[in-house]
Formats: sequence, C-alpha cells, structure tokens
Amino acid sequence: MRYLFRTQYRQDIALWRHNGDRFWYGLLAVLILIAPQLLGEFYIGELGGVFIFAIAGVGLMLLVGYTGLISLGHAAFLGIGAYVNAVLLSHGVPFLLTLPAAGLFTAVCGAAIGRPTLRMSGLYLAIATLAFGSIVGTVFQKWTAVTGGFDGFAVPTPYVFGIAVESATGLYYVAGAVLAFVLWLSANLLRAPTGRAMVAIRDSEVSAQSMGIYLARYKTLAFAISAGMTGLAGALFAHYVRFLAPDSFDVLLSVQLLTIVFVGGLGSLRGAILGAVFVRLLPQFIAIVRDDLPFGIGRLPGLEPALFGLALVLVILFQPAGLNGMWLKTKAWFQAFPFKRQANFRRQKSYAKSERLK
Amino acid sequence: MHDAARILQLIVNGAASGCIYGLIALGFVLIYKATEMVNFAQGDVMMLGGFAAFTLIAHFHLPYWVGGILAIVITAALGYALDALIIRRVIGQPQFAVVMLTLGLGFIFRAGAGIAWGYDSVGFETPFTNKTIDIGGLILGEDSVSIIAGTVLLCGVLYLFFSRTRVGVAMQAASQNQLAAYYMGIPVRTIFSLIWAISAGVACLAGILLSPISMIDVNMGSLGIKAFAAAVIGGFGSIPGSVIGGVIVGIVEQFAGYKLPAGFQEVSSNIVLLLMLFVRPQGLFAERMGKRV
Repeated sequence: MRYLFRTQYRQDIALWRHNGDRFWYGLLAVLILIAPQLLGEFYIGELGGVFIFAIAGVGLMLLVGYTGLISLGHAAFLGIGAYVNAVLLSHGVPFLLTLPAAGLFTAVCGAAIGRPTLRMSGLYLAIATLAFGSIVGTVFQKWTAVTGGFDGFAVPTPYVFGIAVESATGLYYVAGAVLAFVLWLSANLLRAPTGRAMVAIRDSEVSAQSMGIYLARYKTLAFAISAGMTGLAGALFAHYVRFLAPDSFDVLLSVQLLTIVFVGGLGSLRGAILGAVFVRLLPQFIAIVRDDLPFGIGRLPGLEPALFGLALVLVILFQPAGLNGMWLKTKAWFQAFPFKRQANFRRQKSYAKSERLK
Repeated sequence: MHDAARILQLIVNGAASGCIYGLIALGFVLIYKATEMVNFAQGDVMMLGGFAAFTLIAHFHLPYWVGGILAIVITAALGYALDALIIRRVIGQPQFAVVMLTLGLGFIFRAGAGIAWGYDSVGFETPFTNKTIDIGGLILGEDSVSIIAGTVLLCGVLYLFFSRTRVGVAMQAASQNQLAAYYMGIPVRTIFSLIWAISAGVACLAGILLSPISMIDVNMGSLGIKAFAAAVIGGFGSIPGSVIGGVIVGIVEQFAGYKLPAGFQEVSSNIVLLLMLFVRPQGLFAERMGKRV
C-alpha cells in the first residue's frame, strides 16, 4: 500500500501523482509506440478505431461526466467534423489544417447549440440534443451538393509532412497523437479553475452559481470543448471509414458514444478510454464467437444494439462507476489484501433531487 | 373549392397522426408528472403493444375488440413489471441515468421484437381498414376518424379515472407530493408502478389505433422522438396539453410535406420542438414553477 506524503500544495494538482504513475504510463506509451511491430495490420486498424472513439469519449466525458450535461446528439458533431474535414481535403487544403479546422468548426457548432439550451435542465437538454442530432442527420442526407447524399462521399488520402497516411498503421499513429493531445488538454483543463467550475456545476448548479461561477459561460464552454473534441474524432473517423455515408451518424451512434462514457465510468478520463475499448471491441468479439454460440444466437440481426443496450442497463443498475470503478475496486482489494472491508465501496443512500417547486 | 377540400384533408390526416403522437406523449407525461422520469422507451413499448395485438388478432384469430383489450392488458402488465423490477432501482441516481437506462431498454425491446416477430412489417385486419365515411361531402378514411375518436374517448376515460376513482385521486396525490401521500397511507411505490402500467397501456392503444394507417414494424418506436415535440408543446405536465401538442405537430408535419421541399416533413417535428424549447420552454399549458435548491 502506498501512502502519499504531501508537502506542497502543488502535489494536489500534479498531473502525475507519484513515480509509479510515471513508470506505468511511460510503459504504456512505449507499448503503444512499438505495437505496430508486434501486432498484425488488422489489430492495429482496430486499435486505431479504439483511439478515435476514445477521443470522442473523452470529449463527451467532459460534458457528461464532469459538467453533468447530457447530449444525445453527439453523433451529429462527429458527422460535422467528418464532413468538414473531408470537404476541405477534397478542395486541396492540407490535412494539418483541415484537422484543426474540423475541430474548431465543430466547437463553434457546439457553442451555438449549447448557448440556447443552457436554460434547460437534464431532461429537456437530452430531448433538445436528440432533436438537434436528428435534424443534422437529415441535413447530411438531403444536402446532396455538399455531402453527396446517399451516394456517399469518398474521403481523400491525407498527407502529414508529405507522407501519405494510407495504411492502418499511419492512421493509428495520427489517432494516437491526437488522443494524447486531447488527454493532455483535458487533464490540464480539469486541474485548472475551468475544470473545477465544471465539476461544481455538475454537483450543484445553484451552489456553483452562488460561489460566483458564471453558469452560461462555463456550460457553453463545456459544450464547445466537448463538441470540438468530438469533431476531431469525426475528422479521423472519416479516414477510418474512408467513405462517408450520411445515415451512419444516427441516434444509435450517439447512444454508442454515451455507452463509452457510462460503461467506462462517469467522471474519469481513464473510464472514457476503457469504455472506448469496450464499445469498439464488443462487435469484434461478437464476430469472433458468432459461429460458436448455441441456437444461432450469434446470427440474429440486431444483436449488437441489443448488447449495447444490455451493457448500459447492467452498468447503470449494478455498477454505476463503470469499468473504471471495477478497476479501482480490484486495485483496492489487492492493496488492502487481506483486509477488504465490505463497506469500502458501498453505495451511499441517495435521494432523487427534485427539479420542481413544491 | 378543391384547394379547401385538400387543406381539410391535410388537417384531418395531421390530426389523426397527431393523436398518435399525443397518445405516446401522454405516456411520457403521466410518468413524468408522477416520478420526474422520462421513459425514452415509450415508442418501443408502443411497438411491443402493436405486435402483441398483431399476435392475438392475426395469429390466434381473436375478434378485434377482444384482442385489442387483451393486448392492452398484457402491455400494461409489462409496464408494471418494468417499473417494479428495473426502474425503481435507480431512484436517487442522476436523472440522465434513467434516460440512458430507458434508452438501453428500448434497444433491448427492439432486438427482442426482432427475434420474436422478425424484421418485416406486419398488419392486421381492423373494422376500420379501407373504409370511408362521408361527412357533408368530405370523404374521410374511417381509420383516421377511429384514431381521433379513440383518443377523445381515452382522454375522457382518463379524466374520469383521475377525478372520480380512489386510485386515480391517490395517483394525483402521489404525483403532487410523495411524502405527504405516503403519510396519508397511499402505497406510493405500487401507485407509481400502476402509473407505468397505465402509460404502457396507453402506448399499446396508440399502437393498435395506428395499425390501419401504418404497418407495425420493429422500428416504429422512433415515433417517440416526434412525441417529445408533442409533450414539450404541452408543457410536459398537462394531459390535454400533450394531446393538443400532438395534434399541432401532426398538422404542421402534413403541411410541411405539402408546401415545403422534401426533407422538411421529417424534421418539422424536431424544428417545432427546438423552437418551442428556445422560445417557451415551459410549454403552452404548464403553470410556471421556480426551482429550488
């Protein structure tokens, strides 16, 4: 068991809590760097997909897990990022400009939708973002002059410093770099006053406001940052799928993104990554065991959304802290071995917060 | 003259589909008023109800009325079980936990229906299919009229239920103040489960009434999004408001399809919803309420 002896206030907000963190995350970084040498092309491609969804997951985690706002329309932001990137690339703009442009444009869109929805509480926000997502989805389908409609849109090959990113390995490194950047940005944001303000808003809007936090500014900011990160993920997603179909950015994708956040565990960046691993690898896992399942269960259409739904239901009912919570519990069990206490992770009794005046 | 007839036709069609939205929205509102939760799987419950009616009427050859009532009872039982077994466990968790929980349940219902009934659209014979009535020169489909009549009838029944019966008054009490209701000896939990049952039954009725004008298929639950527009216009707390909101959405949709370019019909309900939320988030009919810490 490690005891942290804090001698400076700086230690409270340090990115690395102790040398163990530095060692293990460094090891992970090295493993990620040399993974293409160890694994086959297919697995690197899948890992690239995991990275892309982890970027979107981190973005959504800032909004849902840290600011306490819900969005059922994040697939729209993913789609906006993807189309902005693809359209700019096809007009000959270099990839190193289109990627940030996609992120920035999506952030502006996020602020635009975030600003008027601020007055709404959790429920209305969920409905409003659901409606927004469905409007944007229809725009992708009908605005054929830009998106190509149902004919689809072939995404041009990106060039980074003159090197064509064509193989899965290339995209893997690009996505890995963007993910590292997004994680670094989020971790820094969360230990700065902005992140603290966001967490305060999540825990109680009224008390945050009475502490002098300007709700409208921070909620809009959270929406913009979250949408911007999702837009970056969308730009990379365009290269991942290589061919944009307008109906792929639907409610199901929004729910998948939220599954990342919920299954991973609300309020932890690690959770966003674990959730992305879960969401991306579940379909692969189904594909592998499909033929071995009894009664032809594996061949049923609609199995995948059902399993996502089931995962959501089970996590919310039995493990609200998600995969990250399971990891923390396992760690605590080993650290305290053999002195596990039943009460350590018992859920606090909580009561519904009413939004009505009675 | 021809144009006027056309517009009247659009209004009736819009009112008919709007009544369906209103009925789904009514399910949202009943549950929201009582428990401050929203059932995002309401559209999928309607789908299950429609399939239950299809099985009873088309497979077991029950008469339309018997099969319909039996399907409503079965779906209501499902709604009761849903609350008693699953939803009740997350009381006290943040509101979006319930949103995600019901969304997840919706996907499970869809897959379950796909397994049980397949992914093809089905329909069953109703007394109203392909018949028309003539009201003063205006030719109306009996299916549309049956939907409107059914909705009006249901609203009347619900009104009498909530104002005249013991259980109905207990439900009102539990919706207004859970703690006080509990102290008065009302079994609040059972009452909430009963409200879920009523809401599921109403959804099933919507599915049955819808079946002559639209086939039953696994994805009909997506109508739920349009029903949100209806509920929001009605103020998310008023039962007649949600039905009126539904009719408004239905009529707007018909006219958007008639006057505006393609694509607007599909998103018109969403645009109405967003406009409503931006301009008057408390809805047309709700009383103003402040927020407490």
